[in-house]
Amino acid sequence: MRDLRLFFFALMMVPFFSLPAQAFKVGLVLDKGGKDDKSFNSSAYEGATKAQKELGIELKYVEATDSNALETLHRSFASKGFDLIIGIGFAQADAVKKIASQFPDRKFALVDGEVVAPNVRSLLFEEHEGSYLMGVVAAEKSKSKVGFIGGMDIPLIRRFQMGFEAGIKKEKPQMSLVSNFIGITGDAWNNTAKAKELALSQYGSGVDVIFVAAGASNAGVFDAAEETKKFAIGVDSNQNWIKPGFILTSMLKRVDVAVYSTIKEAKEGHFASGTVRYGFKDKGVDYAVDKYNDKILDLATRKKLDDLKSQIISGKIQVPDYYKKGKK
Amino acid sequence: MAQESLNLFSLLMSSLRVAVPLLFAAYGGLISERSGVIQIALEGFLLIGALTAAILAHYTGSPWLGVLAGACAGIFLAGVMGFFVLALKVDQIIAGTAINLLAFGTAPFVTKVLFDSTGSSPALPIESRFTVAPMFLAAALSVLMSYWFYQTRSGLVVQFAGEAPQALEVAGTSVLKTRWKSLLACGALAGIGGATLSTYLSSAYSPNMTGGRGFIALAALIFGRWKPLPTLLACFFFGFTDALQIRLQGVNSLIPVQFVQILPYLFTVIALAGFFGQSRAPKALGQTLNRG
Repeated sequence: MRDLRLFFFALMMVPFFSLPAQAFKVGLVLDKGGKDDKSFNSSAYEGATKAQKELGIELKYVEATDSNALETLHRSFASKGFDLIIGIGFAQADAVKKIASQFPDRKFALVDGEVVAPNVRSLLFEEHEGSYLMGVVAAEKSKSKVGFIGGMDIPLIRRFQMGFEAGIKKEKPQMSLVSNFIGITGDAWNNTAKAKELALSQYGSGVDVIFVAAGASNAGVFDAAEETKKFAIGVDSNQNWIKPGFILTSMLKRVDVAVYSTIKEAKEGHFASGTVRYGFKDKGVDYAVDKYNDKILDLATRKKLDDLKSQIISGKIQVPDYYKKGKK
Repeated sequence: MAQESLNLFSLLMSSLRVAVPLLFAAYGGLISERSGVIQIALEGFLLIGALTAAILAHYTGSPWLGVLAGACAGIFLAGVMGFFVLALKVDQIIAGTAINLLAFGTAPFVTKVLFDSTGSSPALPIESRFTVAPMFLAAALSVLMSYWFYQTRSGLVVQFAGEAPQALEVAGTSVLKTRWKSLLACGALAGIGGATLSTYLSSAYSPNMTGGRGFIALAALIFGRWKPLPTLLACFFFGFTDALQIRLQGVNSLIPVQFVQILPYLFTVIALAGFFGQSRAPKALGQTLNRG
């Protein structure tokens, strides 16, 4: 009997001994698209794994299967002693807000959403400015019409669309834009079949360049571009490699950079709450040039884009922002 | 004007494309239900078919092998279901639900093991995908189905298994064997339907990619009054509403997209209420045969 009690005592002590020197623990809550969406979530995951390799933090990631699970996932990370919990995607704002107030000694970060709390850092991107450049590229390359395919119909994606349209109008004021959204639920980030049908219908109606901002659904648009031999523009991660020759460029939204630097600062003890906006200036938003699109994106265009970029940074060009619509 | 007609044509082609997986699943369901086995596991068969086909096509580079594998996976899952509903005589609705849940649970596990990805398979290059073949396959199946179901002995035997199993038994044909064959055939067809989802309509398996198509196929089957030709038309119609709502997404149109999206279900309910002529399920649907 005594032996047994000793055994249980030993068993209870195991957790205390198996935690060597308290590694900094980071919990990553990914959105519905999942870590393999090759776009938004992949970028976040990349940033976090980079931090894991270079900074020696302990990383755990989870994927939210539906929005109802978000709060539970955040709470479970917070109550298990994770130091920093990062939510990826606008849908997590409510969950972060609630759990952050319940666990004031834990740090939180949120990508694509804004939560004002002393222990939350909101990471936002100037998507409309990047989209503006994409509009210029698309209009320049197009001979007829350009298209836009958004994932879920939410203000964030409308922001992409509005910036894109402004870019088109800047380059070719007469050119028309065909816009579609894949859906109104989280499934829209993950519906390649529907994205492909939409793209085929746009290409069929005379569109020859499509800018797509739809997470994992992007693949459907790229397939359609390949099959109809037209152009597409990727988003968030550099997606040029997915269908070389058919993807003009990708609008980079460096979620990986934001995630990495947040982890780094938190680990080093100078985590700052508040809102951080990433734009052209700090290369948080950019366009992608690599060996896969080197031939289809000519140098004159690149020069023009860089020129516009500096004009946006200096404030000479004001790109219309969907978030500020009607707030003037 | 030319633009409009072009759009109409592309809308029609789109309807045909999205109807393909529905048709395979609905025909599978038709065979199963007409033989007397309630079939609500179409969603699961589709999902597992899509997954297996994407995996095989990825490793072999051939979409045809993918389709074959999808059919086999469907047969296997149907076999599991058959073991419960036919051998153990478990309630068919409960077993069907369990099969769906099993499929949904298995898929992420398989992709994690094979590709270290939570839910999707690697993208298939253009040469390991279908371009038009599944549409011809679906057309051939429709013709074959109508002929087989009404003109051949085995087709009639399936009908009797669902309408008057006792009579069939008296005539010396095993109802149990007939239902087993029908259920496995259902699994094969729905598995092929799933395969077309991942190798034809898109280029990879992605999480929950069936998105309720199994239940829409079931609705098409009911709307089509459990008969081959009307079921075919119902699939076209549902494919059309799907293609239409895809086009209307995010566009400011007169008709709200959400309304178009409920059309398939609305029509199914109306059909069940008997507005399009009598709609009647097979008499012995869901009944187990107790041999005296």
